[in-house]
Amino acid sequence: MSEQSLLEIRGLEVVFDGFKALGGVDLTVAAGELRFLIGPNGAGKTTLIDVITGLTRPAAGTVRFAGTELAGRPEHKIVRLGIGRTFQTSVVFEELTVVENLDLAAGFRRPLPTLLRQRRGVSDEVAAALDTIGLGDLADRPAGVLSHGQRQWLEIGMLVAQRPRLLLLDEPVAGMSGDERERTGELLTEIARDHTVIVVEHDMEFLRRYASQVTVLHEGRVLVEGDVAAVQSDPRVQEVYLGRTREEAA
Amino acid sequence: MSDRLRGYALFASISLLLLVVAPLALPAFRLDELAKYLCFAIAALGIGLAWGQGGMLTLGQGVFFGLGGYAMAMYLKLHDAGGDLPDFMVWSGVEHLPALWKPFGNVGIALAAVVAVSVAIAVVLGVLVFRQRVRGAYFAILTQALAAAFVILLVGQQGLTGGTNGLTNFYDVFGRDPEAEGTQRTLYFVTAIVLGVLYLGARQLVKSRFGRLLVAVRDGEDRVRFLGYNPATVKTVTFAISAAMAGLAGALFVPVVGIISPSLLGVVPSLELVVAVAVGGRYALAGAVLGAVVMNYAKTSFSEQWAGGWLYLEGALFILVMTLAPKGAVGLYEQARDALARRRGVPAPAPTAPQEVAA
Repeated sequence: MSEQSLLEIRGLEVVFDGFKALGGVDLTVAAGELRFLIGPNGAGKTTLIDVITGLTRPAAGTVRFAGTELAGRPEHKIVRLGIGRTFQTSVVFEELTVVENLDLAAGFRRPLPTLLRQRRGVSDEVAAALDTIGLGDLADRPAGVLSHGQRQWLEIGMLVAQRPRLLLLDEPVAGMSGDERERTGELLTEIARDHTVIVVEHDMEFLRRYASQVTVLHEGRVLVEGDVAAVQSDPRVQEVYLGRTREEAA
Repeated sequence: MSDRLRGYALFASISLLLLVVAPLALPAFRLDELAKYLCFAIAALGIGLAWGQGGMLTLGQGVFFGLGGYAMAMYLKLHDAGGDLPDFMVWSGVEHLPALWKPFGNVGIALAAVVAVSVAIAVVLGVLVFRQRVRGAYFAILTQALAAAFVILLVGQQGLTGGTNGLTNFYDVFGRDPEAEGTQRTLYFVTAIVLGVLYLGARQLVKSRFGRLLVAVRDGEDRVRFLGYNPATVKTVTFAISAAMAGLAGALFVPVVGIISPSLLGVVPSLELVVAVAVGGRYALAGAVLGAVVMNYAKTSFSEQWAGGWLYLEGALFILVMTLAPKGAVGLYEQARDALARRRGVPAPAPTAPQEVAA
C-alpha cells in the first residue's frame, strides 16, 4: 500500500438482519485528499461512514486509520484518534452558545483540570474555527436560534475545532438554499486545503463544482472510482443513476 | 455582569436570612423543622444536578440518603452504648456486635463512610448502567427498584438495622445532649452552612466546562461521543456527586431529627424529593433547593390541618407543574420577569440557559 494513505478499508461487510448493507468494500484515501462518496439511496454511503466512526460494527473486513485498526473501538476513542464527522441532521447543543459548542468540541485534547474551570474568553482554536465558519456575530447566542444552514456550518466548525486528521461530512448541503450551498462549498474548499476530507453527497451540481476524486457506491459495493469527468461519463454510473438497464444503454 | 452581581446579592441575602434572621425569629421547635427541610434541600440539590443538569431522573436518592443516615446513626448508637451492644440489638437477641458495625465505632471512619459508601455504590451502578447505555425511563425505574429493594433489606435485617423502627434514641451527639436547644441551634447552623457550601460548589460545577459538557450529554448524549468524550463517565461522575450530597443530607438528618428508618428513605420519600425539585424548578439549582424547603414546609403545615390530604395535593401539584410549567417555580418567575420587562418597553434579555439563573 502507498506510504501516505491515511484510511485503508479492505473487504468491509456490514449485515443488518440478514440484509447486506455493505458487501466487501475496498477504499483507500490518501492524506490530504478530498474524496466525494456518491451513490443512489441505499448504496451504503452512510453505513460506510458509520463503520469508520464506530457507530456500526462490521461483519467482516478491516478499517485501518494511519495504521490503527478501528473496528471494535468505541466512538469517542475513534474521535480521539483524529476522525471527526457530521450527521445528515445536524445536532448542535441548542442550550449552549455557539462559542460553548465550539469550546466543547475543542475540549477533549485539553488536560482534565481545565474541565473543572469556567471558560474564560475564547481559545485560539475556537477563535479560528469561529472565523472559518463566519459565525462571529452569533458567537454568544444560543445555538438554538441558528438557521439550518448556520447549524451545519457550526457542526463543521466543531469538527475543525476538534483538529481531526480525517473529516467525514454526511450530506452537508442537504436542505440548503443556493446561497448556503455556495458558502458551504467555499468552506469545504478551505477546509480541504489542510485536512483529509470525505464527503457523502447526493447533490450532483455540488459534486460537479467542488469534487475532484469520486467514489461511486452501489448496492453495498464500490462501482467506479476516479475523477469527476471520468465517473460522470461512465455508463455503469449513468445506469444506476438513471435506472436504465444494460441492454437499453448499449 | 449585573446578572452575576444580582446572583451574589441574592445568595448573600438568603444566607443572611438563614443564618441570622431565622435563628433570631423562629422558636427552637420551628428552627429544628427548618433544619430538617435544609437536609432535604441538600439531597434535592443533588437531584437538581443529576436530573436538571444531567437528565438522569433518579428516583432512588433515598438509598443514598439512607446510607449516609445509617452510617451516622450506627456511630451514634455505638457511642451511646459505650462498648456494650446498642439497645435494639439486645432486644432483638443479638449477642455479639456484627462485623459490619465494628468500623462505625470510629468517628472518622463513620463520617468518611457517609460519603464514601454512597459514592462507591453510585459509581458501581453508574459504570454498569451508563456503559450499557441504559437511560431515560429505564434508569429511573432501576433506581426506584433499588430504593424498594433497600427498604426490604433494611426491614428484613432486624438485628442489624433495627428493622422497621430504624435507629433512634440517641443520647449523646458529639458530646452534647441532642434535645438541648443549644445543640439543635448548632445543628441548624451546621446544616445551613453545609447546604450553602455545597450550593456554591454545585454552581461552580454547573458553570465550569464540565457543567457545559453535562448539559450537552443531557441534550444529545450520542452526539457527545463524537466530540471525543465518553458520556458514561460524565454521567457516572455526576451521579456519584449527587449520591454524596444525598449521603451528607442523611447524615445531618439523623442528629437533627433523631431517627433514621426505612420509611424515611423508600420509594415514596425518594419520589417526594423529585416532586419537590420539579415544583421548585429542576433546571436551576436554586429551584431544587427552594422546592425542597417550600414543599416540606407545606407538607408539615398541611398535615397539621388535614393529615391524609397532603399526598393528593402533592400529586396534583406535580401533574400541574409537569404539564403546565415544566420549569417549575423558577421558570414561572423568569417568565413573569421577562413579561414585566417587555411591558416596561425594555427588550427582554436574550434567552439564557436556565441553569445560569443565579442564587
